[in-house]
Amino acid sequence: MNKITPILSIGIPKPLVDGPEKTTGKAMFAADFQVVDALVGRILRSPLAHANIVAIDTSKAEALPGVLAVITEADCADSYGVLPIAMNEWALARHRVRYRGEPVAAVAAVDVATAQRALDLIDVSYEELPAYFTADQARAQGAKLLHDDKPGNIEREVDFDLGDVDAGMAAADLVRELDFHCAEVCQAQMEPHAAFAEYDAARERLTIRPSTQVPFYVHKMLARTMALPESHIRVIKPHIGGGFGCRTETLQSDLIAGLLARKARATVKVVLSREETFITHRGRPETQIKMKVGMKKDGTITAVDFSAQQRGGAYSGYGIVTILYAGSLIYGIYDIVSARFKGCRVLTNTPPCGAFRGHGTVKTRFAFENLIDGMATELGLDPFAVRRANLLVAPTMTENDLLVNSYGLDQCLDWAEKASGWKQRKGKLGPNKGLGMACSHYISGASKPKHWTGEPHATIHLRVDWDASITLLTGAAEIGQGSSTVMAQCVAETLGVDMGRIRVIASDSALTPKDNGSYSSRVTFMVGNASIDAAQNLKALLIEAAARKLDIPPADVECLGEVYRGGQQDQGLTFEEVVMEALNGEGTLAVKGTYDTIPESWGGRKYRGAAIGGTMAFSYAAQVVEVTVDPYTAEITVDKVWVAHDCGKALNPLAVEGQVQGSVWMGMGQAMSEETRFHEGLPLHANMLDYRVPTIMESPPIEVGIIEANDPHGPFGAKEAGEGSLTGFLPALTNAVADAMGVRATELPLTPDRLMELLEKKARDDRTAANAEGKVA
Amino acid sequence: MKTTLSLTVNGINRDDVVPDNMLLVDYLREKAGLTGTKIGCDGGECGACTVLINDRPRHACLTLAATCQNAKVETVDGLSRDGRLTAIQRGFHEKLGAQCGFCTPGMIMASEALLRRNPDPSEADIRAALAANICRCTGYVKIIEAVQFAARELSA
Ligand code: FES
Ligand code: FES
Repeated sequence: MNKITPILSIGIPKPLVDGPEKTTGKAMFAADFQVVDALVGRILRSPLAHANIVAIDTSKAEALPGVLAVITEADCADSYGVLPIAMNEWALARHRVRYRGEPVAAVAAVDVATAQRALDLIDVSYEELPAYFTADQARAQGAKLLHDDKPGNIEREVDFDLGDVDAGMAAADLVRELDFHCAEVCQAQMEPHAAFAEYDAARERLTIRPSTQVPFYVHKMLARTMALPESHIRVIKPHIGGGFGCRTETLQSDLIAGLLARKARATVKVVLSREETFITHRGRPETQIKMKVGMKKDGTITAVDFSAQQRGGAYSGYGIVTILYAGSLIYGIYDIVSARFKGCRVLTNTPPCGAFRGHGTVKTRFAFENLIDGMATELGLDPFAVRRANLLVAPTMTENDLLVNSYGLDQCLDWAEKASGWKQRKGKLGPNKGLGMACSHYISGASKPKHWTGEPHATIHLRVDWDASITLLTGAAEIGQGSSTVMAQCVAETLGVDMGRIRVIASDSALTPKDNGSYSSRVTFMVGNASIDAAQNLKALLIEAAARKLDIPPADVECLGEVYRGGQQDQGLTFEEVVMEALNGEGTLAVKGTYDTIPESWGGRKYRGAAIGGTMAFSYAAQVVEVTVDPYTAEITVDKVWVAHDCGKALNPLAVEGQVQGSVWMGMGQAMSEETRFHEGLPLHANMLDYRVPTIMESPPIEVGIIEANDPHGPFGAKEAGEGSLTGFLPALTNAVADAMGVRATELPLTPDRLMELLEKKARDDRTAANAEGKVA
Repeated sequence: MKTTLSLTVNGINRDDVVPDNMLLVDYLREKAGLTGTKIGCDGGECGACTVLINDRPRHACLTLAATCQNAKVETVDGLSRDGRLTAIQRGFHEKLGAQCGFCTPGMIMASEALLRRNPDPSEADIRAALAANICRCTGYVKIIEAVQFAARELSA
């Protein structure tokens, strides 16, 4: 009896609580829902990249037997979007189309063939306008405006100038500047977008299951677009086949499904093809970067001066946030004393970009880590030493007012250096082989929410009834990252009970408390803390009940999870007995937990938009990439990756490893092969063969070192684990190629074509140099 | 044109009248109500629809249902018996071979086919067997571990 101890759940590798559903085919994704009379929803898309819509005639489509609804812009009550100040997108294009493939009309019909025929019967007449496919074209003098309220086709220009950059550059021993170009990339999550919408015509109520990371935002945008009271909408998140940011905002397909269901007064399923999923996009924008850094002989960075221009696509979306992140998160990882940034987000006639994993930070970090690697070589410094010369000391506030309370980058560096055998192996791998390293970081949720309502950042409900099971109700969207598992772990650990007692119900607006959604790595930190708070509140009730039953003061109750007792000699009460006592005279227990960020973490006021980047805690990562380059084909093989990630306390080490491996691998695709390309606005890559994500054949072993620099405010000390280590792969790869072949790539993806060009140029330069030397001699 | 299709799906005999142009994946998901098999692309690009036809892994999105006359078709929905996960399912669950789970049905069926013909696969064998299956979540590291786990379980 005396041996009883609370059951531990934190820090132990735990398979996901919904793993059995996923491995048996029982997990229901949006496209898996079916009822006998469900209609098929299909979308008519613009064939032009930029045009005024002169007229839409849907009469023939409406007359086709088997068609129950046809909708156009006239059926949309309002625009939608992300930021309250920039909602300029419509579920169905309003008066004008701005990219090829933009939805113009949609139909609901009894089957696919009828729906397809109906689309063919819709007549749209367009007046074509000049279209711009690059940021420079769109910014050129006299270019037609995509949106009348965005002069120069500029979504937003941002800048800051902190510290004395000019003095910093003057004080440097080495100043270097490079231009970088990174292609646009797409999330290409495995599940094509889908939504299953049921309309209750008698009550004018909508129930919808959209493939989204943000059920709450979809809920709000449905209400806005459909002019339906928010209380008449129920959003239930089904299983989600990945997101990586493309579902961090409401998508047209979610809204179109709702509109069609209401008009048809029926159930409608909208499932996009892979091509349409690519066109919906919301990926990472093509970016041109200028990066200039001043460095002392010992590697100390004295100043950073940089600019970024992003091709944002046709609508605002997250644009302003993305360009602000590109600047602000130059801070937070190293001790940067002065920095100047100019950023520009441009509107173009391409599908809208969005918030891809590592939102906004990836490409500027790539440029920075790539540039300083070359500078280290020039100064004869080891790349690890350069990073170590610029470490922060936590707790601290950065020059742009970002709170850094915990900092494990130094330990990450130590682990990556040791695990990869850097000291012994660097420079000794033989011809065409190389090692490269780089660091990165990411926020654990934005401290200031986009929609400021005064509510807590996160709310959790726990319900306990006569069967002594604990139901955890959360709005947080489980999208495969394991959020439901982590919440169950937090509650189980706090109560000391077996995780099996806890059933998680996630993201059903009729049942679960509101949550902002799964993005910017906010869930573990914020919802984890709310889960702990809720469990503590429940525990207090249970202790009181046990005290009553045992007839001792609450302070004397020893809570051992499954047993509550008065002392070692006491046989105590089982969890079930305590619950029954707690229900006595009370009925079903329902407790709540919440979490709020602290004002110090909200980011600065030093320049417009400075709050972007403010977070409760940063994760840190350092990685080493080993490559072999085929000198004849310029094909790069990644032999191995060693990555250390500081996620604070690893609540679930198995899930942390999975997230870190997935991040690094996604960085690899972006670094080596992924690239969206357009011909006159027509995507050339809208399938999984032309959009080249790495297959299992070329994917390397990825060894993960978990570093736990616990954060004082994190749940059990935890910080984010799902994004921070993506970024480091990009520069670590180009740095490894530089080590192997002596050429520095500044353009991504580094395909064999691009690398071959660099190798040929180097061969030419080497020959010229040799000839010149020959002449001198 | 329509065909009367007789086959077994997950061990159960079925006779269905199917249009000649119906894809096996649509037959399984819509006619048989087995939605475990996923559609991740517009045809033959991703492997999410992988099922076994007479023990061999096949893209159900590239197969006409009518060509499966008298065939033995197996999907992820039918693998576990008596509610117990099979070794390969346990591998994907316990080793975290499934994150979002959307590629998982295809991955599991392709792995199942591998283990049936080669109970002791090398890492290279595993990679070759899953080369047509894309996963966007895991980086494949834990998928390889999941298959290795299953192979060990089966040989024990
Ligand atoms: S759905 Fe069959 S290969 Fe993608
Ligand atoms: S687990 Fe998400 S695609 Fe493989």
